Amino acid sequence: MRAARGTALLALAALFALGGGGRKAAVAAAETPAASEKTASGDTFVQASIGDITGLIPNITTDAPSHAVGDLIYDGLVQTDKDLNWVSAMAESWQFSKDCLTLTFKLRKNVKWHDGKPFTGEDVLFTYKTMMNPKTPTAYRDDFELVRDVQVLDPYTVRVIYSQPYAKAIGSWRTAMLPKHLLAKYVEEGKLREAPQNTQPVGTGAYRFQEWKSGEKVVLVANKDYYVEGRPYLGRIVYRVIPSQATIFLELKARGVDMADLTAIQYARQTDYPAFKQDYNKFRYPGSGYTYFGFNLKDPRFADRRVRQALAHAINKPELIEGVVMGLAREATGPLRPGTWAYTDKVKRYPYDPAKAKQLLVAAGWWDRNGDGILRNKEGQPFSFTIRTNQGNEERKKIAELIQQRLKEIGIQTDIQTIEWAAFLKEYIKQKRFEAIILGWGTGIDPDQYPIWHSSQMGSDQLNQISFSNAEVDALLEKGRTSCHQQERIATYRRIQEILAEEQPVVFLYFKDALPAVSSRVRGIKPEPAGIGYNFIDWFVPKHLQRYTSG
Amino acid sequence: MALFALRRLVLAIPLLIGITFISFMVIQLAPGGPFDYLRGEESGQDSKLVERLSKEYGLDQPLHVQYWRWLTRIARLDFGRSFQPDARPVLTKIADRLPITLFINLIQMFIIVALAIPIGVASATRQYSLFDKVTTVFVFLGFATPDFWLALLLMILFGVQLDWLPISGLRSLNYEYLGFWQKQWDLLSHLVLPVFVVAFGGLAGLSRYMRQSMLEVIRQDYVQTARAKGLPEPVVIGKHALRNALLPVVTILGLSLPGLIGGSVIIESIFAIPGMGQLMVQSVFSRDYPVIMGNLVIVATLTLLANLFADLAYGLVDPRIRFAGRRRRR
Repeated sequence: MRAARGTALLALAALFALGGGGRKAAVAAAETPAASEKTASGDTFVQASIGDITGLIPNITTDAPSHAVGDLIYDGLVQTDKDLNWVSAMAESWQFSKDCLTLTFKLRKNVKWHDGKPFTGEDVLFTYKTMMNPKTPTAYRDDFELVRDVQVLDPYTVRVIYSQPYAKAIGSWRTAMLPKHLLAKYVEEGKLREAPQNTQPVGTGAYRFQEWKSGEKVVLVANKDYYVEGRPYLGRIVYRVIPSQATIFLELKARGVDMADLTAIQYARQTDYPAFKQDYNKFRYPGSGYTYFGFNLKDPRFADRRVRQALAHAINKPELIEGVVMGLAREATGPLRPGTWAYTDKVKRYPYDPAKAKQLLVAAGWWDRNGDGILRNKEGQPFSFTIRTNQGNEERKKIAELIQQRLKEIGIQTDIQTIEWAAFLKEYIKQKRFEAIILGWGTGIDPDQYPIWHSSQMGSDQLNQISFSNAEVDALLEKGRTSCHQQERIATYRRIQEILAEEQPVVFLYFKDALPAVSSRVRGIKPEPAGIGYNFIDWFVPKHLQRYTSG
Repeated sequence: MALFALRRLVLAIPLLIGITFISFMVIQLAPGGPFDYLRGEESGQDSKLVERLSKEYGLDQPLHVQYWRWLTRIARLDFGRSFQPDARPVLTKIADRLPITLFINLIQMFIIVALAIPIGVASATRQYSLFDKVTTVFVFLGFATPDFWLALLLMILFGVQLDWLPISGLRSLNYEYLGFWQKQWDLLSHLVLPVFVVAFGGLAGLSRYMRQSMLEVIRQDYVQTARAKGLPEPVVIGKHALRNALLPVVTILGLSLPGLIGGSVIIESIFAIPGMGQLMVQSVFSRDYPVIMGNLVIVATLTLLANLFADLAYGLVDPRIRFAGRRRRR
């Protein structure tokens, strides 16, 4: 039980490391509450979190709970809207120069830090310097690596100059802005982690920090001076740390928490009774991460594209989704999140077709040469390999078993091995000592996936673990990340998705749905491609339904 | 006696160093390091950061050098700061978690002792009676029931269906607004289920020991003598037999003292109690060496001290040991 939880958490952390925070994502929800009541302030909103936060300066943390809390206390210059487009937050507006090298922000004038001091361009400059200070232990420095200079033209105008065009430039400024007047001393000394603001944060966000009881809860209260007039409505937010998924669910049933993520079986079976439906609204939309069946492309058998395509045809994705997550996932056709601007589904598909799979394998030199039902090459070696995945993830284990069964039917023998996460990374992934793996990637808001697919990223500490190398994809990835024009980038990323679908360096299995349940007394929730969290400050509880004081 | 205590105390120091040395080495065997969470997208650059931080904390040095540095700091009672982003002092982190774990374990131990001893005595004096058989089944049921399963069942019954008790956590949301006595009641009501689950599971061991020990004692000649003197049965059992039968039980209790500060991870996770067990497991998963080692030093020290006290207490309680020791030394 211990090992299981740990690996699951670590796996999650690794998954989120890529997305840089991991926000919820894309397309349609199951049930929408009627939203025509009078808005009201107040009440307490209790959210369950499976893990504790690790710190309160999000610029130096990497785990999902810390970022969820940090997002409410701090604001960036920009934020994402319901369709995952960049819109203004503390910056009123921004403008790129024609060559994409200069980015000028106009800041809002009515923004105040929680201690009453005004927020100005100096704080933006300070945040940039903090991120670039070699003594700052941040995982997000590369967001600002291409910045050549940041100039404060006047207190409310900031100009950023890039050394080369950078596609993710605007998105990088969603980074939490940090207060210069409180943190300058600690950043200089390289002691940001030890700053009092790491336990008593001061931000500009919609919520002020009230208390953090380690391992128990984090409490936030509405910021009355927030720059969006009259927001937020919910008066107090409590993050309760409940490390057991089963307990979270029981608390939900007893109305002890107002929001929690459901598992597939809880969503489909265990919450389908009238009392629960009356107390909660369930939502469903594709999550931001996908699960894949990947191959070591250095292995001569998998280096042959026909073999990979055959394996894709041999796997029954709808059956997999039904069997593993009770149908609560969407088939993946590539590495980009469905519903986002760069996504396309006009790519080669691989429907379940064992005959076609066998045919492709014959073309690649693998068939049943001696009538024992096992595919062999011309040296007489059987086609057999080991599928490895991390321990403690039941979903991936089930996938491995289903794939094993389907591959057996076309004459391929496989073994399944599950290994503790840290050992799995160190002994197998980093040393590229694997044949096939089942793992997942989180997708960020930007479609750039250079670190995963570019051929220069095959080092043992890097993320192109399967050793994928394709000259055209390399060129497109380089092109895509150095443009600031969305239209131009769309064409680039469509082409990348086409090539990846054709090549099948991994079999893209599915994007699992996010399945949150939220107390039905909370109104103003509108499910969109970005999920439900994007308009959190608009959520409210009508006066007559308020359950708690807001403190 | 004092000389004996002093000698044991001096001997405990190399033992403590040995324990920490082996733990230090074993922890480092696990793959991964404390700053792996900083490896972001473009790991080329972030690897440099991880290396730099590792250097700053001396993690690039050979293990024996690292251990020596750690030891010299501990000798000055400097436990260091956590490697996690919050970088809080190790002692603060432990001090946050220790009281609740200690509290739960003490109540649980108290309940176990208060129930196990009477159960043990009663089933020994009425061996093979209906009471003996029923309690035997009952305590073994407790012993065999997986605690997480029992915990979930009780949560469903008392928390969800009947709504009598809170399901998890330590305090209600409106805790700050409660009066003094309401606060105590609130805390208590949150602890009923976890304490019950732990105590139910721990009842079997001690009550069986008590029964066994009592069975042996009541067959002794002096008990026979006491009965022959015409003493009433309660005095025979309560005074003459019980005292002697308690000796081995006291030993077991002494040995469980260090366990008092280690929380049960499963119980803490299910009931969402922020105790020592969770702290230890989280620090192991995040390879937070200072917290792991700090925890170990405290547990090891307490274990050694508890052993020492148990030995000393023996001498005090049991004249045979006291006199035997004296004779030998002469």
